[in-house]
Amino acid sequence: MSNHKIELTINGRQYSGDVEARTSLADFLRDDAGFTGVHLGCEHGVCGACTITVDGRAVRSCLMLAVQANGATVVTAEGLAAEDGTLHPVQQVMMEEHALQCGFCTPGVVMTLASLTGEGKQCSQAQIEGAMSGHICRCTGYQGIRRSAARLAYDAMGDSAQQGGDA
Amino acid sequence: MKPAPFDYYAPATISEACQLLSEASGGATVIAGGQTLMPLLNLRMSQPFILVDINNTAEMKGISAVDGGIRIGPATRQYEVLESELLVERLPLLVEAVRHVGHHQTRNRGTVGGSIALGEPAAELPACAVALGATIDIASVRGTRQVPASEFYLGPFMTVLEPDELVTGITFPAWPAGHLPLFSELAQRPGDFALVGVVGALALEAGKISRAGIAWMAMGPTPLKATAAEQLLLGKSLAEIDPQAVAEAAVAETAPFDDKRTSAEYRRTVGARLLARALRELTAQGEAA
Repeated sequence: MSNHKIELTINGRQYSGDVEARTSLADFLRDDAGFTGVHLGCEHGVCGACTITVDGRAVRSCLMLAVQANGATVVTAEGLAAEDGTLHPVQQVMMEEHALQCGFCTPGVVMTLASLTGEGKQCSQAQIEGAMSGHICRCTGYQGIRRSAARLAYDAMGDSAQQGGDA
Repeated sequence: MKPAPFDYYAPATISEACQLLSEASGGATVIAGGQTLMPLLNLRMSQPFILVDINNTAEMKGISAVDGGIRIGPATRQYEVLESELLVERLPLLVEAVRHVGHHQTRNRGTVGGSIALGEPAAELPACAVALGATIDIASVRGTRQVPASEFYLGPFMTVLEPDELVTGITFPAWPAGHLPLFSELAQRPGDFALVGVVGALALEAGKISRAGIAWMAMGPTPLKATAAEQLLLGKSLAEIDPQAVAEAAVAETAPFDDKRTSAEYRRTVGARLLARALRELTAQGEAA
């Protein structure tokens, strides 16, 4: 069994570690770096709770080895809100739409939505809802999550789409 | 951590990767996107001594036009297929198929070669490779070889790959501009493996079908080419197609199985309807054009 030195950026800060090859990125983020907002549900890629972004793309952190994230830029749910506690637009919309109950799946949902609706990105409601099929939520019945997705898609489409939407 | 211990290598070149696989004498497993392998490692259903990661192997990546077709590097991520203008224009079937492979989050990491080399009989990409007549490029320290996709699969999750061999490319032959893709699958939820599905492409020349490639998903131990159905289509105009007859001929060549998802009988019945309906839709498009 081999050990590896890794360096990566997590939520804007530089981290380094010495990991056993078999350590998942999710375990590294939780146990070594302390980002317990990465929730581990199934640990085999089904539930979506451990979703984070790696170099801007939403991926399941349980399906990646920590050693594979060497040199990558990782964002977890802890990295979204501003330093002063101002919520990220995705977090704000999900709060307003009651898109969570127990909150277990929420960090993953937030990260997928944030990766699709960030600055300068255009994404249709169908694309966002399609991406939501990668998350399992046992509480909400998904309707609050869908309303959040719809609002975020609407905002992401910009002025032209909003004018079109009125017609 | 859940997997059993292993040594990890991320070779920069194909020859280094082949060397590692050869030295491991069967104890090594290749990891690309890891979207199937990581669960198997976590469940300890797979316990390699050595993991060979091809994500840093530049030669294994990218989608490019080559003499006579399009080559996709096996470590190319599935989302890259969705974003490839070359594929949208030249092999639209692949783009449509990848939309049904897993979920947004797994397509961001999962690779084309991973799906091809795994050989899940219900998966979309192996069926596309068989339908379109792709060739699988294989390398080892002993040399290289090319195997037609239709001969690559031996059974569920079984391929002709030897333990020391590596898939180094998937080459799709050129299909004429404007050919018609055909894709239809039934799954319990979006992103699930198909209960049954059919993929294919039809090329027309002077109004007649000049080339047809059709293959089934989840209708046997491997993706299955519907050779008799293809023969029925050749030389006909879209209006002359008998969708029901073609679908029945295509189903007659299959060997579906009962499993926990559904029965063989269901697969035959629904498979025939999926193909007949897809052909009717193409016929309707032909009449409208």
